[in-house]
Amino acid sequence: MKDLASHIMDIVQNSIRACAGEIEVYVAESQEDNRLTIRIRDNGCGMSAETVARVRDPFFTSRTVRKVGLGIPLLQQNAERTGGRLDIVSAPGEGTTLTATFEYDHLDRPPLGDMAETMSLLIGANPGIRFVYRHETDRGAYSLDTQEVCEMLEGVPIDYPEIIAGIREMIRENLRAL
Amino acid sequence: MEKIKSLADLKKIKDNVQAKIELREKSEHPESRIQIKVAMATCGIAAGSKATMAYFLDHLEENGIDAVVTQTGCMGYCYAEPTVEITKPGKEPIVFGHVNCAKAEEIIQKYLKNDELVEGIIPANYQSI
Repeated sequence: MKDLASHIMDIVQNSIRACAGEIEVYVAESQEDNRLTIRIRDNGCGMSAETVARVRDPFFTSRTVRKVGLGIPLLQQNAERTGGRLDIVSAPGEGTTLTATFEYDHLDRPPLGDMAETMSLLIGANPGIRFVYRHETDRGAYSLDTQEVCEMLEGVPIDYPEIIAGIREMIRENLRAL
Repeated sequence: MEKIKSLADLKKIKDNVQAKIELREKSEHPESRIQIKVAMATCGIAAGSKATMAYFLDHLEENGIDAVVTQTGCMGYCYAEPTVEITKPGKEPIVFGHVNCAKAEEIIQKYLKNDELVEGIIPANYQSI
């Protein structure tokens, strides 16, 4: 993965497959604390303790089209390489929370990447899911809740290409201001 | 073009889109739309499927193509990522492999606009149910 936004795109696919109706993506960049935190929380079907213990194994997957599951192991490897870590809290019926931390100024930390593109693609491709995106830096914070966007749209599909492009630009402009 | 910074700015786009949708609903049936599914598993994302999906979203409108662009999981063609499955109304789905932005443009110009097949089609070994 060339950037952390791609990891986020990948990990959120797990939440989607877990039939989540709400997915929260939280990114905190703190140069003061020298820490970058990514947290993805969903209200999907959750995992048993046995499954949680196995998801870090690259040769474990719940899919049938292939025999490897690299998303979580790759993110963990990237986090640990920078002195960070990856934690997963999950229980059947209670959803899953995945948290990855990175040393902010570590030479091996991948760049964050284009979060505006990642979030707009996720929102556009999954119009039935409520996404809550919160991005914090030492200077401020930006939040987007697709429930509010859908209310504003008054029935116009959130996955319409021009709307998705608008959401992407809105996120990009607000992140630029942080 | 004005910058979009808030929901109020986004609402202006919504008003334009709403007018287009009303026009389309009067002239066409929703099932006549082309379905474009971009594979978005670890393999696809690592190979650049985000850029591919964004390219389709950004360039369909200007080419006058009415399509639904969505994402799907790994189809098992990890060697050929990014992969894209396209279903034209009344036709069998076709899976294209190695779809970078240049290939996406070729697909738009040749297959979507003129029904002309392009290189990189992955032979079907499954049936959608």
